[in-house]
Amino acid sequence: MSTPPPPMPQSAAPDWQAAPGAARPASGPAGAGYTSPIPVVRTHLGHALASEWTKIKSVRSTMWTLGVFVALVVGIGALTGMVVASSDPDLGGESPLSLGFFGLLLGGMCIITLGVLTTASEYGTGMIRTTMVACPSRGRVLAAKALVFFVLAFVVTLVCATLIGFVHVALLEEYNAKDPSGEEWLKGTVGVSLYLALLGTLSLAIGSVIRHSAGAITIMIGAVLAPLVIALFMFSSSLEDVQQALFEYSIPNQMSIFYANSLSESGPSGWDPLWIMLVATGAALGGAFALLEKRDV
Amino acid sequence: MIELEGLTKRYGEKVAVDDLTFTVRPGIVTGFLGPNGAGKSTTMRMILGLDHPTAGDVRIDGTRYDRLEDPLTCIGALLEAKGVHPGRSAYNHLLCLAQSNGIQPRRVHEVLDAVGLTAVARKKAKGFSLGMGQRLGIAAALLGDPRILMFDEPVNGLDPEGIHWIRTLMKSLATQGRTVFVSSHLMSEMALTADHLVVIGQGRLLADTSMAEFIERNSRSYVRVRSPQRELLLDVLHQGGITAVAGGDGALEVDGSKAEYIGELAARHQLVLHELSPQQASLEEAFMQLTAESVEYHAHTGTPVPPQQWGDGWKRG
Repeated sequence: MSTPPPPMPQSAAPDWQAAPGAARPASGPAGAGYTSPIPVVRTHLGHALASEWTKIKSVRSTMWTLGVFVALVVGIGALTGMVVASSDPDLGGESPLSLGFFGLLLGGMCIITLGVLTTASEYGTGMIRTTMVACPSRGRVLAAKALVFFVLAFVVTLVCATLIGFVHVALLEEYNAKDPSGEEWLKGTVGVSLYLALLGTLSLAIGSVIRHSAGAITIMIGAVLAPLVIALFMFSSSLEDVQQALFEYSIPNQMSIFYANSLSESGPSGWDPLWIMLVATGAALGGAFALLEKRDV
Repeated sequence: MIELEGLTKRYGEKVAVDDLTFTVRPGIVTGFLGPNGAGKSTTMRMILGLDHPTAGDVRIDGTRYDRLEDPLTCIGALLEAKGVHPGRSAYNHLLCLAQSNGIQPRRVHEVLDAVGLTAVARKKAKGFSLGMGQRLGIAAALLGDPRILMFDEPVNGLDPEGIHWIRTLMKSLATQGRTVFVSSHLMSEMALTADHLVVIGQGRLLADTSMAEFIERNSRSYVRVRSPQRELLLDVLHQGGITAVAGGDGALEVDGSKAEYIGELAARHQLVLHELSPQQASLEEAFMQLTAESVEYHAHTGTPVPPQQWGDGWKRG
């Protein structure tokens, strides 16, 4: 919010109310103008949330991105499960939940896309002006968008991850797979869903900063893939530490930690990826808030 | 009631809006007139809190726009750009706006009906014609039944029936005691709708006056007289206490006299007249004169356009 102006002197109101009334009889006896029969409602975040929920569910791109997400997570998950099961393997006490990783990693692209579109598409269409006129509190608009998107992305991911988890456990029970513990279930469903929903919210913040759908999606997909790709080409031994860090903190590796099959031995572990993503998303949202207040719409 | 005080907007070196101070009052239609690029849309965006002013202040009924608790029931606006997600239906577009201000969904049906879009309410906005898009924008402006209405170039893209409809609508909204602020670059359009006129050019205030006063001041009425006996006629007019100035094409122009009187005078002196016609300078001319120095994009009528040959466009394209 920019600097607040000094409050209007109280005497100003009767002044302007009297002036037009006297000069122009058309404006009514008291010059008070028109009074609407519609009750005046003090707007709050709840109104913005309802509005954003209507917005997100009334465009086809939401249905497409989430539809493809479900198809990828459930489809690839089920396929992996069936392929592994059909090869009559010995899983040697490995958790079957980890098979869900590939589907969710690919599905993450859909979550990123939807996150970016939630904010950036309004700039492409000019809808943002209509939105900001209806709700001049810009922070409230961004907060409502982020909340609605986060909950939607979390719920959809959670349902898919849980479903595919059950499928994998059922398919691989007889091949010496480990019966996942409570914490493994929690990390493989709630944990990874929170992580993906946060990744999407990070994309939403980037979309709000970049204000261009294609540009923001490219940046986010680059952020997911680039560290791994760059690390692959770091042959020099002097860069070994950097290479190691890029591997460990790359988003795919962070996601794999929820299934305890990290690509490396050191680096983040347990619930660390969630906290890392939480901080990154918080920072991006903070930046997006600040820019939104500062810039012209 | 919209109050602007020293409103200024600079983009780097370029001044888009320069120290605008005026008040838009309730109960009348106020026309906001200026050539293309004069800063009308920028001013309207600043009123709506979309653009931050470089200096100065805007108040909506005494409050800054971003402090309004009930923006849509206070002010409704139609902005130049469509401002609609093309993939969303007209109904859902209005519904999400209504929800953001706690307005009953029932009201969405009312405004759709009022602008005549009920039949296409469930259709996606991308299939809408320019005129339908404009109607949807007006529906959004009317959604909160606001005290203040602001329209940026509302007749753009409307057919004659639509133009008539929007004129009538604006006038009736003002008659109900609302503040109606409408921008246009067409003087003729304003002359038909506006009661008050604010004219800007290159971001600067050029006039803030009632329409009647503007017409009176700027529409010069005169009589054009043409005679083969020009010198004789000049003498006769001079004797009659009438000053005539030379107009184009060998004609004389007489200000402030009735054509009848000049005709009778000429007849009394048996002068032949080839033309005797009362003339009225159009408001459009007055507007062009007013804004002449401040028009940003001049068409250079003086310099000849290089002769174009058929198919030039293809070669260049």
